[in-house]
Amino acid sequence: MGNINDYKDVWVYAEQRQGIITSVVFELLGEGRKIANETNSKLCAFLIGDHVDSLAKELIENGAQKVYIAQSPLLEKYTTDGYTKALADAINQYKPEIVLYGATHIGRDLAPRVAARVNTGLTADCTKLEIDPEEKKLMQTRPAFGGNLMATIICPNHRPQMSTVRPGVMDKAVRNPDNQGEIIKVALQLDASDIKTTVTKIVKHKKAMVSLTDAEYIISGGKGLGSPDGFKMLHELADVLDGTVGASRAAVDAGWIDHMNQVGQTGTTVKPKIYFACGISGAIQHLAGMSESDIIIAINKNPMAPIFEVADYGIVGDLNEVVPMLIETFKEYKAEKALA
Amino acid sequence: MNILVCAKQVPNTNEVKIDPVKGTLIRDGVESILNPDDANALEAALKIKDSFENVTVTVLSMGPPQADVMLRECLAMGADEAILLSDRAFGGADTWATSNTISAAIKHAGNFDIIFAGRQAIDGDTAQVGPQIAEKLGIPQVTYVEHIEIDGDVITVHRQLENGYEEIEVKTPVLLTAVKELNSPRYMNVKGIYDAYSKTVPVWGVEDLPIDRETIGLKASPTKVFRSFTPDPKGKGMMLEGTLKEKVGALMDNLKLKHII
Repeated sequence: MGNINDYKDVWVYAEQRQGIITSVVFELLGEGRKIANETNSKLCAFLIGDHVDSLAKELIENGAQKVYIAQSPLLEKYTTDGYTKALADAINQYKPEIVLYGATHIGRDLAPRVAARVNTGLTADCTKLEIDPEEKKLMQTRPAFGGNLMATIICPNHRPQMSTVRPGVMDKAVRNPDNQGEIIKVALQLDASDIKTTVTKIVKHKKAMVSLTDAEYIISGGKGLGSPDGFKMLHELADVLDGTVGASRAAVDAGWIDHMNQVGQTGTTVKPKIYFACGISGAIQHLAGMSESDIIIAINKNPMAPIFEVADYGIVGDLNEVVPMLIETFKEYKAEKALA
Repeated sequence: MNILVCAKQVPNTNEVKIDPVKGTLIRDGVESILNPDDANALEAALKIKDSFENVTVTVLSMGPPQADVMLRECLAMGADEAILLSDRAFGGADTWATSNTISAAIKHAGNFDIIFAGRQAIDGDTAQVGPQIAEKLGIPQVTYVEHIEIDGDVITVHRQLENGYEEIEVKTPVLLTAVKELNSPRYMNVKGIYDAYSKTVPVWGVEDLPIDRETIGLKASPTKVFRSFTPDPKGKGMMLEGTLKEKVGALMDNLKLKHII
């Protein structure tokens, strides 16, 4: 792989789907900016697709000093083979020191394959990145054992240093429309025969729900709800607050609610303004996904439930009484506010 | 059709506790289980075996000698054969080095049309070993598979996305990683358990594989654990007291006072 000192710059994989940049990319640009400053290097975005030139401006406004674009009709839809070849060839050519990916279903498919091809290390699902002040190496911290343990991982002798980063954890870049950047068209050596999979359809679930990562208010339920019916009142509270409904793994595993609603280590990481934990005991794997919320309100009939250890406000009581009263109270509050 | 399933024995992380004094993981007494996503991977293989003639299912695991128990559980569920990769030389490996060992073992074990793995293991949660095995075998991969249909050598799968799925067609050989929505793993049956213990589970070490020792184990791993620690607990919050009405009232007062709402 040559001399590791030949590797420069911080790259962010600018994941796009159907021409829309995935929101985690802006978080990576926010974090990448800090890392580029500390390593005295440039922050670059790497964009793959077909007819995606127009997205470069948005990446530059969010802090990318260079945008590499790999474009081809063969790259219109994400395929592991096509995107791996485009990115791995460019890594070998341009030699970035650090490459960051969002730990999305696409990022977690692409990054390990690229890492294996360019023969470097990859740290999965990082929740914290730092630059060691002496050696300027990337310190990548991630949860393991269901969030029971945190590990800081380094990649001392291989380049690039690569991480997938959990969505919803890092702060977004500050957008500046005056930013200027350079656009570099990447030469591709890609043939249709390189791509062994065919994406025949992309189906979106019809759910007019605020996504968990974007929601300001999340009302989450666990096994303490007693039955799938309990989620009805949580949906009602979510409607009042324009929020969305989340769930613990226990409630998802019980089949009470879709896995898309799951918050936690194996679900979505969230940091809403207010997180309501209703009948959730507070297993570490759940806390790993919600403990960064601005305010946590826990409601549980068991005063010893571990969720109260992380809650800002705790209410010991029966959910079937507390939640309806919260619904009424927030309705009244909204009505008062509308009058004022 | 030959199918290989990659499986890992993992501690049941729901039961892992932290030593409150030392701040370290207590792994003693925590049961070891077949990694949940790997159980879905095995079930997918067994369903294919149920539906088509001449299908063999081989389960491969890398781990300590105790993983033999888990492999016999896989045999009892219906797998035909099992292989254990166990050698100190393999230990301490990151995903890059692990996939070197496993891909070398797969090549050594034969030709497979489909290789299944779980999406990720609950101890490391990396989801990296599956794709890295595929890369080293030079075959395509589809991760997060939640639905499978087979028509000759064409496989149509649904790949789960955060807000939907992709329908993907791919020809064998291919590596697929399973998510729990794919199926419900079957239980072991009595005859299966009986048969499982009459079978031999070969144990392969580094000497049995055509592999460069410089590419495996802790030493060859590009990533190193710099340090590990237990997450800090958050400061104690406020328990609201009184009648239900008083509790909710106090909550609203606090939220208003702090300009949260």
